[in-house]
Amino acid sequence: MGQDVLIEEIAPGAEKLPDFRGESSWVVAKEKLSELMTSLKAKGYTYLVDLTAVDHHGTDPRFEVVYELCNLREKKHLRIKTKVAEGDAVPTVSNIWKTADWHEREAWDMVGVRFADHPDLRRILMWDGYPHHPLRKDFPLEGLPTEMPDIAFTAKAPLEGGPFVTSSASLTQDREPRAHPAEERSL
Amino acid sequence: MSTTTLEFGDTLARTAESEDVGEKLVLNIGPSHPSTHGVLRLVLELDGEVITKVDTDIGYLHRGDEKIAENMTWNQFVPYTDRLDYMAPLANNVAYACAVEKLMGFELPPRAKVTRVICCELARISAHLLGLGAFAMDVGAMTMFLYTFTEREKIYNLIELLTGARFTTSFTRVGGQTRDIPPGFLEGVTEFCAQFPGRLDEFGSMLNRNRIFVDRTKDVGIIPDDIALDYGLTGPNLRGSGNPYDVRRAFPYLDYQTYDFEVPVGSTGDCYDRFAVRMEEMRQSVLILRQAVAKMPGGAWQVHDPKNVLPAKDKVLTKMEELIHQFLVVTQGPDAPVGEIYFGAENPKGELGFYLNSRGGGVPHRLKIRAPSFCNLSILNHLLPGHTVSDVPAILGSFDFVMGECDR
Repeated sequence: MGQDVLIEEIAPGAEKLPDFRGESSWVVAKEKLSELMTSLKAKGYTYLVDLTAVDHHGTDPRFEVVYELCNLREKKHLRIKTKVAEGDAVPTVSNIWKTADWHEREAWDMVGVRFADHPDLRRILMWDGYPHHPLRKDFPLEGLPTEMPDIAFTAKAPLEGGPFVTSSASLTQDREPRAHPAEERSL
Repeated sequence: MSTTTLEFGDTLARTAESEDVGEKLVLNIGPSHPSTHGVLRLVLELDGEVITKVDTDIGYLHRGDEKIAENMTWNQFVPYTDRLDYMAPLANNVAYACAVEKLMGFELPPRAKVTRVICCELARISAHLLGLGAFAMDVGAMTMFLYTFTEREKIYNLIELLTGARFTTSFTRVGGQTRDIPPGFLEGVTEFCAQFPGRLDEFGSMLNRNRIFVDRTKDVGIIPDDIALDYGLTGPNLRGSGNPYDVRRAFPYLDYQTYDFEVPVGSTGDCYDRFAVRMEEMRQSVLILRQAVAKMPGGAWQVHDPKNVLPAKDKVLTKMEELIHQFLVVTQGPDAPVGEIYFGAENPKGELGFYLNSRGGGVPHRLKIRAPSFCNLSILNHLLPGHTVSDVPAILGSFDFVMGECDR
């Protein structure tokens, strides 16, 4: 458990989450992130598998950035998470792992988490000038209209009453939205 | 009549300046171009024929799969995984199902595991065959594509026998498959394994020492192994650079540790090495297929958990209890626990990973797809400068990427 000692040493106050399905996760303050990641890479975590952001809409701080690290020599997996409020920035790790460059651009594009000191924080999947961050929980599945009429996909998508996910609810029309004819549905 | 005086020093300085700057040309390749294998766009800055700067533009095939996933139950997302790496839909189905099963804490019965290994390896051979054919065509060997497609056709016939569909298989469900392997399938796989290595030798003899092919791929697009790992390259692209990381070996799933196979690695990390690694991986997949067919156990082919796994169809149609379970699983989804997991699988293109964040219930809170093609392409901005334009198709072909997976 070499990395546990290291994390506690560099980032005192880091919280170790209970192991789940054999994976260990830590929540680290974002101020300590750069220093910790540099040390972890020197310690053998040379492969940044994935970097992603999660929107916990309604909680504070709202966003969570998740780093999946892998130590190829010791065949170990480690998850580091850091919390960030809306409008705040997380220090970039693209100077530590080059692969983080595109992952951070994607996290900014999709969830709208800023990465401080990123060399080129542009949108990557959506087009330049797109005003929304689609993977936020307050972004509806059908999309939001944009004020750029010359570009495709500026209107809402027709969903025909979907998404057809049901959840535990007492009324049939709540549980199964297609159970009633379209004119009775409130679309 | 007026005269203009030119100062000698100034003219010299101007000449020197213009020579230094030269004339840079910006060339736009794609998004629709035969060598970009889909909708990849490259903005190249050229000095003569040499590339000086690259901007890789992706996102033309973005469908918002991750957003869609947050609005449906776990099993409903399976057809979307077909469309990630659409050269190997079976392997994506298996990777996704294994990820959700890790979250659920399921342990698959042996028959399901071996079935899935056969799925993965058939998908690997078929994806590498397409990658090989397209790569050879990109560098001028047109015939290869037709040869590899003949072999792919045989695999499609097997996949159709197994899943009912040739391309969009949607074969797995959380806790098992849609059905057991049909009669005649294992015999078909054995027959394929018997004739395929001979065909592979034939393919090799057409390319391995083909002067044009070697000249265009040898020492082109060299990636040192530490740079490859830094950019998150996985699969044959990483192993071509000499790093032996293979998820099947490093973090075995589906009991891959019980199979006897080699992980081929390259030495220089050029386009030829990436090609050679794929050729050898197909041979190793044939070995794995033979072992899997030989040890196919009997018994259950899906997890026994009536409240979370779809019951057998004949029982649904005749029994009350199973009908209720079917209704619950279909409408509300498998009841996943609260938690988060990452599961990576060795797909033909590299490590396909799923990060699942669940708040309980039948719908994911966040589903992130770690797409191997996305990470593999991120090195292009670094790799291409210094090469000539004619190297671009060779390098792109040797990367064997799929935009459906890159853009999600």
